Amino acid sequence: MYKIVRKKELNPTVTLMEIEAPLIAKKAEPGQFIIFRALEDSERVPLTIADFDREKGTVTIIYQIVGGATMELNGLNEGDSLHDFVGPLGKPSETEGLKKVAVVGGGVGCAIAYPIAKKLHNLGCEVHSIVGFRNKDLVILEDEFNNVSDKLCMMTDDGSYGTKGLVTNALEELIKEGNQYDEVIAIGPVIMMKFVSLLTKKYNIKTIVSMNPIMIDGTGMCGGCRLTVGGKTKFACVDGPDFDGHEVDFDEAMHRGTMYRDFETHAREASCNLLNKEVK
Amino acid sequence: MAVQRNMDPKKCPMPVQDPMVRRNNFDEVALGYTYEMAVNEAKRCLNCKNKPCRTACPVQIDIPAFIERVANEDMEGAYQIISQSSSLPAVCGRVCPQEKQCESKCVRGIKGESVGIGRLERFVADWHRENCKEKPAMPEQNGHKVAIIGAGPSGLTAAGDLAKLGYKVTVYEALHLAGGVLVYGIPEFRLPKIIVQKEIDNLKAIGVDIETNMVIGKVLTIDELFDMGNEAVYIGSGAGLPRFMNIPGESLKGVYSANEYLTRINLMKAYLPTSKTPIKHSKKVAVVGGGNVAMDAARSAKRMGAEEVYIVYRRGMEELPARKEEVEHAEEEGIIFRTLTNPVEVLGNEAGEVCGMKCVEMELGEPDASGRRSPVVKENSEFVLDVDTMIMAIGTSPNPLIRSTTPGLEANSRGCIVTDGENGLTSREGVYAGGDAVTGAATVILAMGAGKAAAKAIDEYIKSKNS
Repeated sequence: MYKIVRKKELNPTVTLMEIEAPLIAKKAEPGQFIIFRALEDSERVPLTIADFDREKGTVTIIYQIVGGATMELNGLNEGDSLHDFVGPLGKPSETEGLKKVAVVGGGVGCAIAYPIAKKLHNLGCEVHSIVGFRNKDLVILEDEFNNVSDKLCMMTDDGSYGTKGLVTNALEELIKEGNQYDEVIAIGPVIMMKFVSLLTKKYNIKTIVSMNPIMIDGTGMCGGCRLTVGGKTKFACVDGPDFDGHEVDFDEAMHRGTMYRDFETHAREASCNLLNKEVK
Repeated sequence: MAVQRNMDPKKCPMPVQDPMVRRNNFDEVALGYTYEMAVNEAKRCLNCKNKPCRTACPVQIDIPAFIERVANEDMEGAYQIISQSSSLPAVCGRVCPQEKQCESKCVRGIKGESVGIGRLERFVADWHRENCKEKPAMPEQNGHKVAIIGAGPSGLTAAGDLAKLGYKVTVYEALHLAGGVLVYGIPEFRLPKIIVQKEIDNLKAIGVDIETNMVIGKVLTIDELFDMGNEAVYIGSGAGLPRFMNIPGESLKGVYSANEYLTRINLMKAYLPTSKTPIKHSKKVAVVGGGNVAMDAARSAKRMGAEEVYIVYRRGMEELPARKEEVEHAEEEGIIFRTLTNPVEVLGNEAGEVCGMKCVEMELGEPDASGRRSPVVKENSEFVLDVDTMIMAIGTSPNPLIRSTTPGLEANSRGCIVTDGENGLTSREGVYAGGDAVTGAATVILAMGAGKAAAKAIDEYIKSKNS
């Protein structure tokens, strides 16, 4: 079983869990993901690996409560175990040869951007991190990013913390200041990755995005996670999840992401009602 | 003991659920022979000298011998004979294409219908499961370890045979549940999952370890499996990668691979109202393809409440690769066959959802290399089929995860692992492979046959290495 050794609320909707999974911890690399099922009858849900400790044999995930499955996960506590935890899946992010990189994270996507920033930093690469949140209460991993970044731009939509504005504003400013990036790595909501890619295309800077579409098995079997990249069908689970941001059809990915929205809303409400009953 | 032969030229029909009822439920379609039916059908076997049925069985079950036991009402004896050759009799009795194998060679088939070998096999396996509660005995251990990749029909067969020979066998499965296509692909109404689970429990009882959630090639490599003390590895990772047609509109919401559609329904139980895995509740569905998987997807869609379900296939009824029985069952349940039809585009609405499928009519031309008449497009035949869901059941390819992480493992241009003839030896010493991973998508029983042959070869290899 996959025991939860640490659980920490990062903000009201985002939680970190460190999970005992020694074999996965041994192989995991930034950019890869796991699939979990909290309970025996839960849905399979992919989550990108936020951190890992090869010696302790643990893998860290950071999740936002969005539907029934993440709500069930959040119902577990330190000492409890997840029913299923499989990985590491997908290809690791490529970091070789990079000397100067802008890492852009949006919301809970910062959880995935962080291990990449950390790896690049440890490889001696100059890292400029730009992280964006809706408001001050939702900020996560600020200290962590500070520790691995040569420059950190904190952005909030409402200006309640850091600078008011979008991550693209900060990125464009840095580019205009004369920063020459080998690559921009953008991880966050699909809409954010789309606009970062549009911006960097203008400046002709290679951009990698991490896609997180709906999937079941994560090994190439269901094809549910397919995306159009450079006019070709790709499976996020085995061909990605990292792709060239200038090639991804983001509008299609956004459409596909809404496939089960009604079901999810219903499932979340059903789980809430169940929890309410238990509390009574 | 001599039995009074039953010379009825026809085999005893299989009792089935009424089509109008069963198309609304996921309960098993075929209900199985009664005891009397089984004994009577067994008496149709002439117990002929040449036993052509046996040579046509991919796992060489001693068919006349087990049928003789059934005729003499020794059901446990019959089970023991079958289980010497097959690790999954209750499964094979249900999903084997017997009409192309054992039953195609039956002498009774010359002047009438063959003996219902598959139905008898199913009866015997079910009888054993219901009447014998004792667990199979644990074989004596020989101290050697073998690793098996994939808990589908091929891997489970190899595991069963090796465990019976005393090997310590560990099966690594990528999904959270063992069974492979038997649990994610073949629907409940054709193969109840409780039956698969019982067969797997029997393997566990003889010492087979099954480790789920283990994606070999990712969490462990084949080289690491050897480092862990395994002396041989068998790859039975199947052909799980779905093919798409590469026509416009395939990424619209409402286009599924058959794998995804069936996995949601079977493995994730989306057909139950309590399931937490979503699925589209479609009104009009087109399933593209003509094989058994297409039939499974179409019949599942009907049971999920779709009003109209089409099978769209580019050749004719005669060319459908699915088993005849499956096609008949689908027709009885109201599936509409649009043969000699091929989709050219999926149409979508503003919300990015499927709202139709543009098709062309086809006609059959000259036979191609495979001997089948190849379909050609009829000019000006374009029309739109009104559907909200499209399911692609046009085949699958082997998964690349293992071959891409195993140095020295040869594969062909279609991604199939190359093996040396029948024993399944790959280009790597001690590494064997079989089933769909080698052949591309085929049948459960061929995969089992390959697992069986490889188990024998692995046993010989380990013995010769240690002697």
